[in-house]
Amino acid sequence: MKEEKARASARVDGRGPGDGRAFIGMPAFPEAAAEAVGNDTLRANLRHATRTIRDKRAVAVAELDDWAELREAGKQIKDRTLHRLDHYLVQLEESVTAAGGTVHWAADAAEANRIVADLVKATGESEVVKVKSMATQEIGLNEALEAEGITAYETDLAELIVQLGEDRPSHILVPAIHRNRGEIRDIFRSEMGKWGRPAPEGLGDSPAELAEAARLHLREKFLRAKVGISGANFMVAETGTLVVVESEGNGRMCLTLPETLISVVGIEKVVPTWRDLEVFLQTLPRSSTAERMNPYTSMWTGTSDDDGPSDFHLVLLDNGRTDVLADEVGRQTLRCIRCSACLNVCPVYERAGGHAYGSVYPGPIGAVLTPQLRGTTSEIDASLPYASTLCGACYDVCPVAIDIPEVLVHLREKVADRGGRGHRLEKAAVKAAGWVLDRPGVLAAGERVAARTRGLHPGRLPGASGWTDSRDLPRMPAEPFRDWWRKNRS
Amino acid sequence: MSSPTTPSSRDRILGRVRAALAGAPDVPPPSRGYATAHTADDPAALLDLLHENLADYRAKVHRGTEAELPSLVERLLREHGAGSVAVPPGLPAVWLSRTTVEQRHDRGGRVPAGDRTSPAGAVPDATLTPYELDATDAVVTGCALAIAETGTIVLDGGPGQGRRSLTLVPDLHICVVRTADQIVASVPRALPRLDPGHPLTWISGPSATSDIELDRVEGVHGPRTLHVVLLVDAEDGGGG
Amino acid sequence: MRVALFATCVNDAVHPSTAIATVRLLERLGVSVDFPAAQTCCGQPQFNTGYRRETEPLVRRTARAFEGYDHVVAPSASCVAMVRDNYPRIGRKARSEGRGSALSDAADSLVPRTYELTEFLVDVLGVTDVGAYFPHTVTYHPSCHGLRVLGLGERPRRLLRAVKGLELVELPGAEECCGFGGTFAVKNPAVSTAMGADKIRRSLSTGAEVLCGADNSCLLHIDGMLRRRDAPQRTLHIAEILASTEEEPLT
Repeated sequence: MKEEKARASARVDGRGPGDGRAFIGMPAFPEAAAEAVGNDTLRANLRHATRTIRDKRAVAVAELDDWAELREAGKQIKDRTLHRLDHYLVQLEESVTAAGGTVHWAADAAEANRIVADLVKATGESEVVKVKSMATQEIGLNEALEAEGITAYETDLAELIVQLGEDRPSHILVPAIHRNRGEIRDIFRSEMGKWGRPAPEGLGDSPAELAEAARLHLREKFLRAKVGISGANFMVAETGTLVVVESEGNGRMCLTLPETLISVVGIEKVVPTWRDLEVFLQTLPRSSTAERMNPYTSMWTGTSDDDGPSDFHLVLLDNGRTDVLADEVGRQTLRCIRCSACLNVCPVYERAGGHAYGSVYPGPIGAVLTPQLRGTTSEIDASLPYASTLCGACYDVCPVAIDIPEVLVHLREKVADRGGRGHRLEKAAVKAAGWVLDRPGVLAAGERVAARTRGLHPGRLPGASGWTDSRDLPRMPAEPFRDWWRKNRS
Repeated sequence: MSSPTTPSSRDRILGRVRAALAGAPDVPPPSRGYATAHTADDPAALLDLLHENLADYRAKVHRGTEAELPSLVERLLREHGAGSVAVPPGLPAVWLSRTTVEQRHDRGGRVPAGDRTSPAGAVPDATLTPYELDATDAVVTGCALAIAETGTIVLDGGPGQGRRSLTLVPDLHICVVRTADQIVASVPRALPRLDPGHPLTWISGPSATSDIELDRVEGVHGPRTLHVVLLVDAEDGGGG
Repeated sequence: MRVALFATCVNDAVHPSTAIATVRLLERLGVSVDFPAAQTCCGQPQFNTGYRRETEPLVRRTARAFEGYDHVVAPSASCVAMVRDNYPRIGRKARSEGRGSALSDAADSLVPRTYELTEFLVDVLGVTDVGAYFPHTVTYHPSCHGLRVLGLGERPRRLLRAVKGLELVELPGAEECCGFGGTFAVKNPAVSTAMGADKIRRSLSTGAEVLCGADNSCLLHIDGMLRRRDAPQRTLHIAEILASTEEEPLT
């Protein structure tokens, strides 16, 4: 089983453990998205799931008549925190330490993975149970632990589906959103036995049966677990409290049953005060799962006698976040509370699917976060800022008011400045057009030529296949407007 | 700070943060124009709202008086077919006075040393292991408070609540809310009443997942059945 | 009241009928319209594709072209969104890069005077019944820039409902992007087309003869897809419907 899993992790796009770039080697977004668009099952799965949650979210948000104020407060709390991040991180460290926890600082994925692997090895254990966590996905922790002989069991239902299916996550909240119930049943039937308790005989595809199968499969792992690994939704600087918001109870299992708990959390997850939670605990569940409140929220401060892990480690992760912080436009991306409302509302995500974004952060937030965390040197990362029509639906639903279209355009500028595939020619064309557009006389002459030769324009153009493969070109008018004006009005 | 990693990583990160923010204009403290509650502070209305919201997320809700509680608990355990029940320290013994299922007392949790033995009688001075909890069918607890607007009960490990795993591993959780003093309207009203120094568990309905086609299904790893008993004064009327 | 028509480059070159309709409509409502010939393009395609510096001359040109006018009216939600949302941004950025405040000042002067056509009709002229006649079934696609950046809300629908003979039918999923997105249409043709296909499927499901919008850029994309399928529906800019009268009906 070990060998199989090692092969599997090596196979996923040749990622190296811990480099945090599990998707390197991905084709650029347009090609990956085109493939996804052609996959009817995927399209149907995504359409069904995103539309279900989209409508429910709208209802949940409409229940609160002060939503706009909550959104504004969430934005301001995050901005205030980011502008004093050094202060709040130091305060958090003091609070956590005073409460019996140990704080570690990891500048990058490799360092975070090494810290976690060393902590696990120090317990003498060779397996860990994991709460769903974007940060540990981002740094490729499971693969890094695997390389050290430690097996990490994902316990969130969707993460379990992804892990058993040797798949990649495609959604922030529901990593297996691209799978429908029938596919999930097949994965459980064929794969569960390789990892532990097999799926029940005759497992059907009702969500209740599938959830029951996961309950039985994971229960033995929870009960014997000595080490749990989590992320956190929030860290409160003044109290040292960590908060994990979840639905299934797998989080509670990992946070309370093991003797050692290791939480890997991005530095931007800190909030200054206990009171600040009153905003996010209202906006996150409604934005995320469209619930007034998610089933379980766990809050813990260091360690407690007789209750939960006796050993608690907090690994504070940078891994590119300070680069994002340094960009005055891009900085707002760090407000993100990973609710995934922007994914669910995004028409591009709905059709392209999460894998096309080539990162654990898909959808609109991924299109702005990934190129900032990883840079824009690879083709996929350079293509992400263009993976949007700038329709603005993401900004509308964002509970911390990240102006994703603004950041996308800002990142496009960075990509265009760097040149690279397609952008040199494009820049030349933009410059040429700029020359014409700054000379109305030349522009008018050009328009007239286009109008006079309109009978010669074919419906499809070889050089314009991006447009004409699926759309007719517009019919050119007999004369441009400025000529009509000159003849009729001036 | 006695950071166990190389001090340079801490210094590097903090240095990068400071460099990133150099010259950035300060941001004022946040404005909090949102409501502290979305509901009027009428106890009867809050009780009804809590009831409604708990039920909306598939908790099974009962109202009963202190006097009715023992037989209600007895009935719920019996109807569930429970053979054993985990008992947190400090749980009023009378709550379990009518049931005959095996009581498994747990020592753990945040209870003053003098209160470590349950009034129910002789109690082993031990905590139940995860396996023992897994073999226990039910748990009965009180709570720290309940939030009407969200249908949430909050446990803080205080008397009658026990350790976090007690209300997690057994498949049936019966939680008693003293409606006279434990219901708050909203999340902003709840937080000031909670001590972040204690491990807190916020529970809104039984365990659930939306991981299959983003459709909510109840019952995954936490208790699949959650009964909430709203303890009311005799004149408010009881009945399960 | 000095009103300038901000025709926009797409309308000038490809859809002059929309600009002409805007002129006729405004004149019918008693507004005297001027067309400053120095205008060319607002720079949105360049800016949204990542060429901010290359956009600056167009910001400067556009602001200068409309200097002195009380109102600048464009039959294009997306070009007005460009001016309102991005011109101040471009100005601020130029200033922060040490290139003076001239661009920023120019933007600040232009922004409050610039209106999308339906905004101008409803908010400035205070009319919803413009005396139009158009005896057809119409469905309305609110472009993203009109809907979310400008917040046009019900204005276009109110204007359409007041048109004599016009039957307005609701477009399912109206708020969803059509997939045009400027250069997105050619940079991500597969997704753009998939979105466009869903948009026209819903639009055709209404049975409307006309899909109406306030942005010819979106309509260019939608119309291109409709014509490729020989679909029994045509696209029209709202200005052309509002300009149509019983005396001079649009055919």
